[in-house]
Amino acid sequence: MIFGEFVINTLSLGSLYALVALGLVFVYGILKLVNFAYGEYVMVAGYSMYILGAFTPVPWWVTMIVAVAMAALTSYLTELVAFRRVRQKSDNAALVTSFAVMVLLQNAVLLFVSPRARAVKLPSAFSESITILGVVTPLRNVLTIATTLVLLLGLTLLMKYTVLGIAMRAAADKFTTTRLMGVQANLVISFAFIISGFLAGVVSIFWVGRSASVDPLIGFTPLLIAFIATVIGGMNSLVGAVAGGYVYGLLFNILSITLPASMISYRDAFMFMIVILFLLLRPEGMIKGNYTEERVG
Amino acid sequence: MESNSNQVHTLSVTDLCKSFAGLKAVDGVSFSLQTGEVFGLIGPNGSGKTTLINLITGLLPATSGTVHVDETKTTGKPPHRVSRAGIARTFQTVRLFRELTVLENVEVAAVSMGFPRREAVSTAHDLLVEMGIEGYETRLAGEIPFGYQRKLEIARALAMKPKFLLLDEPAAGLNEEESDLLLEQLRTIPLSKHVGVLIVEHDMRLMMNLCDRLHVLNYGKTIAHGTPAEVRTDPRVVSAYLGSAG
Repeated sequence: MIFGEFVINTLSLGSLYALVALGLVFVYGILKLVNFAYGEYVMVAGYSMYILGAFTPVPWWVTMIVAVAMAALTSYLTELVAFRRVRQKSDNAALVTSFAVMVLLQNAVLLFVSPRARAVKLPSAFSESITILGVVTPLRNVLTIATTLVLLLGLTLLMKYTVLGIAMRAAADKFTTTRLMGVQANLVISFAFIISGFLAGVVSIFWVGRSASVDPLIGFTPLLIAFIATVIGGMNSLVGAVAGGYVYGLLFNILSITLPASMISYRDAFMFMIVILFLLLRPEGMIKGNYTEERVG
Repeated sequence: MESNSNQVHTLSVTDLCKSFAGLKAVDGVSFSLQTGEVFGLIGPNGSGKTTLINLITGLLPATSGTVHVDETKTTGKPPHRVSRAGIARTFQTVRLFRELTVLENVEVAAVSMGFPRREAVSTAHDLLVEMGIEGYETRLAGEIPFGYQRKLEIARALAMKPKFLLLDEPAAGLNEEESDLLLEQLRTIPLSKHVGVLIVEHDMRLMMNLCDRLHVLNYGKTIAHGTPAEVRTDPRVVSAYLGSAG
């Protein structure tokens, strides 16, 4: 049953990474901005769960909804307060701004909460195990996979059949042309940030669910994974981001199994080598997407 | 937003200027056109035609001068506001949403102008039939033949129910047969859609046949304007074209 365990673990890890990557690409697709503050939306959701769990009697499901909403709100506010003012000036200014927002949010938590990790109360479902097809696995893994499938389905429907979704796909393809068609740029960008933050919030639930704790630097690893997964999958395609997340999960688990114990601490180094290979051999990622630099006229 | 079919609208460009680091790409250009009319903009390469279209659509800020649609000043407004004032355009290099279907390309233009979804879809279907692209609705825009992509771009612009349609070299890359077919379609659009058409094109045969009036630019300045017959024999126009060719 080792194979069954491997499959479930890989699907679970891959699902989480797919969501992480998707959140990053939603904004990148439209603004061509790698939002380094993205990991901090995960952190904000984590601290929301900590605060609600530790200081209020609200049930766990309310905690989770509020946590996801806080991440989406933070994402929207960073766009409104920070990015909107600089994004028309230059791409580099927006990139540096995203670093600034990241440092600012991290330091706010260091200052006002604590530099030390805090325990997050989680529903008992997160520590239970179940047996599927003879494989014993944490229920958390199954929840991650199921949630991801539901979200991917929902987002697919949103992007394919709603006016907003079609406008967002159009904007991700040719932003300037979309504006010339009467689409309000700020509206589309705001929604991209809200969806990005929403995904970061959902990721946070499962991310925090693995360790049951949150610390000020918790956002760094999801950001890194999102970045690597999008390099593998392709920065210009939502499908590419999801595929990249699953491939990353698969590679990570294969390395975890095959590397000898003495080498396991070098697992990340191997992952980076794979990324470097991708950048050298297929810089556009697995799925190329269709973005071309815009030149009008 | 939607133009009343009986009303005549006017696009007025007044003393429009654009400098790029001291180089005057558009230098004091003025003209006006009305719905129902085909207005041609010609001139040698680099004479400022596309820059002028970019200024009118709000894609580039003007250095000075104004553009009005009827009484509404559009200069200084962001592109989505300009388009809502009634200006739609196509591009020199086709700029379709390649990952959207043919139908979605037209639909997105209609819904972003505020038309309800159902109406947008039916408008889109009608326009695809009118432009002769029916049967391709569910194909990705990037996958259909190039001649159809050109027409799709025009259908997409018309879906915005504009008062003025700005066409930047709509025949570029088309063969003679396709170009003739396009000419026939463009001839009917101003009256059937009640739009004013401003067209930039290198194909002189097409321009002479199609346009009611021509406006000639060279180095960003107006050097002549009038009916095709007047412009064809204007010595300044002849010398500008021969000069640029030589």
